[in-house]
Amino acid sequence: MNTPPDGASTRFDHPDMVLCPGGPMLLRGKHTIMDADGVEHETTRPVTAVCRCDKSASFPWCDGTHKVLPDRLRPA
Amino acid sequence: MQIPQPRGPLTEALFSALRSVSDDFYSVLAVGSSDGEDAALALWVLYELHYLGFDDVPDALEWDPQLLRLRSVLERDLELRLRERFTAPQGLSVVDDLLDWVDEQDGASVAGHVHRYADREQVIELLRVRSIYHLKESDPVAWVVPRLGVAAKAALMELQFDEYGNGDPNRLHHHLYARGMEASGLEASYGAHIDEAPLEVLEQNNAMSLFGLHRRLRGAALGHLAAFEATSSLPSRRMAQGLERLGFPAEMVEYYTEHLEADAVHEQLAVRTICGGLLADEPELAEDVWFGAFTCLDLEDRFAQAMLERWGLGEERQEEVA
Ligand code: FES
Ligand SMILES: [Fe+2]
Ligand SMILES: [Fe+2]
Repeated sequence: MNTPPDGASTRFDHPDMVLCPGGPMLLRGKHTIMDADGVEHETTRPVTAVCRCDKSASFPWCDGTHKVLPDRLRPA
Repeated sequence: MQIPQPRGPLTEALFSALRSVSDDFYSVLAVGSSDGEDAALALWVLYELHYLGFDDVPDALEWDPQLLRLRSVLERDLELRLRERFTAPQGLSVVDDLLDWVDEQDGASVAGHVHRYADREQVIELLRVRSIYHLKESDPVAWVVPRLGVAAKAALMELQFDEYGNGDPNRLHHHLYARGMEASGLEASYGAHIDEAPLEVLEQNNAMSLFGLHRRLRGAALGHLAAFEATSSLPSRRMAQGLERLGFPAEMVEYYTEHLEADAVHEQLAVRTICGGLLADEPELAEDVWFGAFTCLDLEDRFAQAMLERWGLGEERQEEVA
């Protein structure tokens, strides 16, 4: 049988923000983000991917465009 | 949904037995193995007994031992064929390398064709055959939830909650697809287009049910999910633009614009927290995660090649739109 080794006392990581190497920042919960032009954008899902490469066509949200950028243009 | 049209000796025998009142399936077992579309459709119908079933088949047959026996014969054959095509990548970590590995595989793509070249008829054909999956999107992986440890289970539900609309039925992904189909004048009921589904669609669907329904294949199910999410955002953008180019209604476009944002999140979650959570508990499942991921890309490549060929595109053009 498969018994996953989670002791009842285990504390798991569950950060509100996660920086994904080469990609977006994950943001948990409801937030309002103001872009460079002063326009506010509200998150609509439990976890949102915020663009860090500046090239998303759905800015400020990530749309996967970071994947087609050369390494030097991808966020650290 | 009604039982589909048979496609060979096995489905002939199976479908008429399913519809009859008797629960004696020895005659079907006697047909023995079959292959190609006949075997794939038989397996697809046996799997559907676990989802919504058929109007013309008694619900109790879901757990009929003779049908389960036939199912396992067909499954063994499918799994064997899928495993034969797979070689595990060496020295790569799922969490650190899977997304880049997916980007490096360049399979054929229908989205590239839809984006710039496809005509309305081709897109309608695509929407219809894709509906076999999209109208039950996320359901096959839902079977995996009770088989996971705490971290992977919470992570999978965080993603699935979004797939199922975050509590709002109007946002449930397979419902968004149904609304898009309806607005495009297409029949949107579950399984409506099964008789048109080519072998590649049946196999894509069957592989997901195979991975989802077998606890021993939970690693493959989550690897498949990760690769699926990781190949969605950019193609969804191209699909949305192609649909707009051809004047499809906003509801159909919205299914894809929803996915280009949602799956930019989901691919990260699938790799980091879902597969990462699974492998922290059960590192020995890494190879199965790769197997699931490979199978997802491999089946999509075969599907895309089949559709592009059907639309008369030679290999050169296939590369151009990839
Ligand atoms: S970080 Fe994904 S598109 Fe910018
Ligand atoms: Fe979805
Ligand atoms: Fe998704």
